[in-house]
Amino acid sequence: MTRTPPFRLAQGGRLIDRAFQLPFRFDGRHLRGVAGDTLASALLANGQMLMGRSFKYHRPRGPIASGAEEPNALLSLGQGGRFEPNQRATTTPLVAGMVTRSQNCWPSLDNDLMAVNDWLSPLFPAGFYYKTFIHPRPFWKHLFEPVIRRSAGLGAAPTDADPDRYEQAYAFADLVVVGGGIAGLTAARDAAASGQRVIVLEQAPHWGGRTPTDHPGGQAAIDALLADLSGRANVTLRRNTMATGLYDHGYLIAREAIADHDPNAGLPRQRLWRIRAGHVVTATGALERPLSFACNDVPGVMLASAVRDFIIDYGVAPGQSILVVTNNDDAYRTALAARAAGLDVPAIIDARPLADGALPQAARAAGIRVLTGTGIAKVKGGKHVEAAALCDQSGDGRVLETIACDVIAMSGGWSPVVHLWSHCGGKLLWDDQAAMFRPDPDRPPLGADGKGNVTVTGAANGDLACAGGLEQPEGATMPVWVMPARAPYRLRAKMWLDFQNDVKVSDVELAAREGYASVEHTKRYTTLGMATDQGKVSNINGLAILSAALDQPIPQTGTTTFRPPYTPLTLATIAAEARGEAFQPLRKTPIHGWHETHGASFEPVGQWRRPYCYPQGAEDRHAAVNREILAVRGGVGTLDASTLGKILVKGPDAGRFLDMLYTNMMSTLPVGKCRYGLMCNENGFLMDDGVVARLSEDSWLCHTTTGGAERIHGHMEDWLQCEWWDWKVYTANLTEQFAQIAVAGPKARALLERLPGTIDLAALPFMHWAEGELAGIPACIFRISFSGELSYEIAVPAGRGLELWQILHREGRDLGITAYGTEAMHVMRAEKGFIMIGDETDGTIIPQDLGLDWAISKKKPDYIGKRAQQRPHMTDANRWKLVGIESLSNKVIPDGAHAVAPGRNANGQRNVQGRITSSYHSPTLGKPIAMALVRHGPSRMGEVLDFPMPSGDVMQGRICDPVFYDKEGSRLNG
Amino acid sequence: MPSDAPRSGRYSVFAIAREALRQHSGWKRAWASPEPRGRYKVIVIGAGGHGLATAYYLGRNFGITDVAVLEKGWLGGGNTGRNTTIIRSNYLQDPSAALYEKARSLYETLSQELNYNIMFSPRGLIMLAQTEHEVRGYRRTVHANNLQGVATEWIEPARVKELVPIINLDGPRYPVLGGLYQARGGTARHDAVAWGYARACSDMGMHIIQNCEVIGIETECGQVRAVNTSKGRIGCEKLAIVVAGHSSQLAEMAGFRLPIESVALQALVSEPIKPCMDVVVMANTVHGYMSQSDKGEMVIGGGTDGFNNFTQRGSWHHVEETVRALIETFPMISRLKMLRQWGGIVDMTGDRSPILSATPVGGIFVNCGWGTGGFKAIPGSGWAMAELIAKGTPGPLAAEFGLNRFREGRFIDESVAAGVAH
Repeated sequence: MTRTPPFRLAQGGRLIDRAFQLPFRFDGRHLRGVAGDTLASALLANGQMLMGRSFKYHRPRGPIASGAEEPNALLSLGQGGRFEPNQRATTTPLVAGMVTRSQNCWPSLDNDLMAVNDWLSPLFPAGFYYKTFIHPRPFWKHLFEPVIRRSAGLGAAPTDADPDRYEQAYAFADLVVVGGGIAGLTAARDAAASGQRVIVLEQAPHWGGRTPTDHPGGQAAIDALLADLSGRANVTLRRNTMATGLYDHGYLIAREAIADHDPNAGLPRQRLWRIRAGHVVTATGALERPLSFACNDVPGVMLASAVRDFIIDYGVAPGQSILVVTNNDDAYRTALAARAAGLDVPAIIDARPLADGALPQAARAAGIRVLTGTGIAKVKGGKHVEAAALCDQSGDGRVLETIACDVIAMSGGWSPVVHLWSHCGGKLLWDDQAAMFRPDPDRPPLGADGKGNVTVTGAANGDLACAGGLEQPEGATMPVWVMPARAPYRLRAKMWLDFQNDVKVSDVELAAREGYASVEHTKRYTTLGMATDQGKVSNINGLAILSAALDQPIPQTGTTTFRPPYTPLTLATIAAEARGEAFQPLRKTPIHGWHETHGASFEPVGQWRRPYCYPQGAEDRHAAVNREILAVRGGVGTLDASTLGKILVKGPDAGRFLDMLYTNMMSTLPVGKCRYGLMCNENGFLMDDGVVARLSEDSWLCHTTTGGAERIHGHMEDWLQCEWWDWKVYTANLTEQFAQIAVAGPKARALLERLPGTIDLAALPFMHWAEGELAGIPACIFRISFSGELSYEIAVPAGRGLELWQILHREGRDLGITAYGTEAMHVMRAEKGFIMIGDETDGTIIPQDLGLDWAISKKKPDYIGKRAQQRPHMTDANRWKLVGIESLSNKVIPDGAHAVAPGRNANGQRNVQGRITSSYHSPTLGKPIAMALVRHGPSRMGEVLDFPMPSGDVMQGRICDPVFYDKEGSRLNG
Repeated sequence: MPSDAPRSGRYSVFAIAREALRQHSGWKRAWASPEPRGRYKVIVIGAGGHGLATAYYLGRNFGITDVAVLEKGWLGGGNTGRNTTIIRSNYLQDPSAALYEKARSLYETLSQELNYNIMFSPRGLIMLAQTEHEVRGYRRTVHANNLQGVATEWIEPARVKELVPIINLDGPRYPVLGGLYQARGGTARHDAVAWGYARACSDMGMHIIQNCEVIGIETECGQVRAVNTSKGRIGCEKLAIVVAGHSSQLAEMAGFRLPIESVALQALVSEPIKPCMDVVVMANTVHGYMSQSDKGEMVIGGGTDGFNNFTQRGSWHHVEETVRALIETFPMISRLKMLRQWGGIVDMTGDRSPILSATPVGGIFVNCGWGTGGFKAIPGSGWAMAELIAKGTPGPLAAEFGLNRFREGRFIDESVAAGVAH
């Protein structure tokens, strides 16, 4: 039968305000809704039942539900950066000016050419793609897959960055109630009365759940509860807030929708609540199940509850003639509501042999025809329902009668929403009486104390009629998994289970027949329940079909795992404010601003950004690095070394601790002296290096690499807390308490001596440190060098780092003082043959590989890694060891290039015998220099190695001493 | 005995057309569901990808078909069915590159070999370099791969953008400096890999026994004799333990220990959208990786929990970290929605490389420790493991992955190249 206006009823609509008209657009058409509408109700009010196309067969689809379980009515919203695909029309509040489009159809929703798939559907049963597209092999990548990819997907991909803001917030409560229906509000009131801090979360914009719609007096009951709760200081009520997932230890994640109605108000669009709950009550209600009859997916076939929601809540007539089909009493409410709204109800088709409860009696009394023991054999209609062919429910689908109608309101019973209960391991039991899975109170999810930390109430607990005392007695539900019971294949192949993914009864039966018999196999093979509704309306029906096909009881089949989120959660809400500059904490040294204003080219190092170099004028980075190196070698330069880790280790056992931590002996280091130390992990591999200074009898300052500061501090604490918990040591990471400036170059002392101070530099030998005042700033000066030049590292309180840096640059101007960056530092240390953690080491290198045996104490009984270094492979004479490499051409051999040996290994790979670990052009020496690890390299001085390049060229390099510059170390002494 | 026509029937477009005419009533079971016999020559514990591939290559390469694959739950239900389906072989160390490249090359023709479309899609894979350190690491990997016979190249940012138009190269924190590109890396349909191998094993007459939990391992004089299961005692000559996530527990039943820790690793998918990204992108500095499935979902890999556990879920904050990293890298995904998140339990070894090894108990072999990256290795792992079981000693692919390497200090550490993600 043809659908005719008016679609908005003259009266009713408890959630809408007809005084406020809201214009919006759908597929280019200008339409109007009213305040309080959802997008779905507004479209229905405009007579638009067709809202989408299914995923696989591109069948025309209208909404079947009125809430979060809706699988069909998915639209694209917005434009530009606010474009959002796959938005569920049934839960999207209508906003004035909203621009919406249908998706997954071409050229239009009404005439979608891809609907040819529907005609071909006999060729596309479950899993067909595993059985074909196999030959010829290149066709998968170049033909089949691209075609499949283009036809799959739902909405278009967004293209622009999202302009909206999202935020996160924390909350804590003794009790969080999820669900603001009558069961949840009642539970909240009871807890609040006992003084608990209570948070109530409701996904919808309004309170009450189904009670105001379904039960006379329901709204008053809800209002009374709300009045009680809103008067209590210990209760927080939060609407528009979807509890998406429950994690271990009562960690509840919820999404609050805030500003979609007014994106320009400056509010965050959504807020992610991270709630630590002492206990959680889920009062999440139940979802109605469809019935499986042929062509149950034609637009106009809807859940019975959705039909009455649209009528009662939104004042919308989904159709003029509403046929009800059910296996329970509840759906009779829909017939009564439709009749009360002045709509035609040609019949109620009840699959049960008997229906004589209060609601059926009321329906009969209202003059509605009730047919029991009856089912629908097939729905007639293409893009909308035109009629239903009726049959005997127990039969094979022989048509008894055809009834014209434009909406079919179906109800296959109800399934409690058990998602949150299940996320953390709560178990379910099958209730045969009510034909549903409900939470098993004996096997709840457990909290830290080993006791259940979730309880369930109301319909979510299987108490389907629950209405706070307003409930009417209802007759029993009769499980109906296929309609009619003995439907032949022809009908089963048209009974939809998963509407969005086009999974039908015949698909599940095929999966069972082919041995995909585990519920997870069936799900994955057929894609049942894997659509964006995650099987909210399809899963129970699907596993009932599977159980029947396998001839086993439903509980033996079980359910698939319920995974968060309950409904899809916007990624931006998860990321919240951590975007752009604030993506990760940005660590800045006290001198960072100076680097910025002096043209530094930065590189990220952990969460720091360090100057790589300071290009001046038209200089490129390479030229800048060369200039900086020559300036240091010839005069004086400064490096911001503040990022290097500075860890204070103190206590009576500190020396003993450091002797275990470092390969060197640190306990014997005299106060006032420094020592270069190596730190290995338990496996003997070198993990960090740095200079250790003994500050006093019981305290040492350990310098680490920039990247190592937090890691090494954690490593120290790990050993102290887990292994040597009785040693009297404490550690403090002082990295950010001090700015540290390296002043390096032959003129370094001359510069520092210009500054007033209390430290006698002439009396400060190499590898010593002193404390005093420099330029009026309290300072520690460490005479240590990573550049090979005369060098002082000056630590001052962080707040005065910039001041000292500026004084140095002012006083050193005539000396040609030059700020140098990390790359100049790298090159200079390589010229000197100093190793760099992360370059010469990679987690597989022991100090002995690097010629650092001198830094391994022979006197100590033990240190971390010592035993590991005695293992056969570690002492193998053929280990790759550190050497220098001189390029035979004037070109730099690239970092990471490998030296080959003749032949191939058992796996057909080229035999290798070494690799370049650091490689630079040395401006000091005017030639390329490189460090490398080469198989017993130190015994092969002068040998020439071949380094094949990916291009096919071969570069050659001669093994040499890794110290290229100032082998005697005379420059360290200035 | 294997015969030309598989018991499960041959799959083809013609078979589908034939079945379409008879309501798909003629399809046979993809794999049989037998009751266990009292004894097999080889028992493989674990019907995941690695276990099934091990059984398959025992039959294919060595003619050993007196094999049972025992599975506690449903086949393919562990990490095989939970991973992000990435396939690559751009490993740094020679033994790893050999093993993963063997696997990758077997994937190339696996659909044809198994007559089951596992949808191997060599769509290309990029590992982004976002620090100077990573640039050096990946350039080193290219050099190594070049000598290992693994086709990879270093690509500059402009080429990254060309391959991945939705990427943001100039993020304020970690701009993209280039990438390590493997053109023949990609993805495959994970379930299909397990199902395809299972069908092939079953067709060879092997027994795949699901819902059969091993509760004890019987040894005599240091030699394996049988396993005790929820379906009774089953004797065997050789036993392979291939049970990622629970390897240490099985080893304990056999009386030895493994250097394995088990942690939860997470993944998530978005709702499906039309194709917008053909290649797989991994960003190790910011800790996230993403590809788009044929269905249209953005498939996103997350981090591992910092503590050992056996819950197949994982902590929420890892999801936040992963999503942040990816929005930073692909700003257009901001308004997409997370559809589903899940977790799996991965075996971690000290060097983050797998173990394919004989054990202190005669006749028992282990295949474990694949950490966060086992899926890509499945065919190569099965190939090498079958050789190890059949011959009793490892072939060249497995030679370096023995348990003794930990005692000898002969680690195969990929951390320098692999960062967080495998």
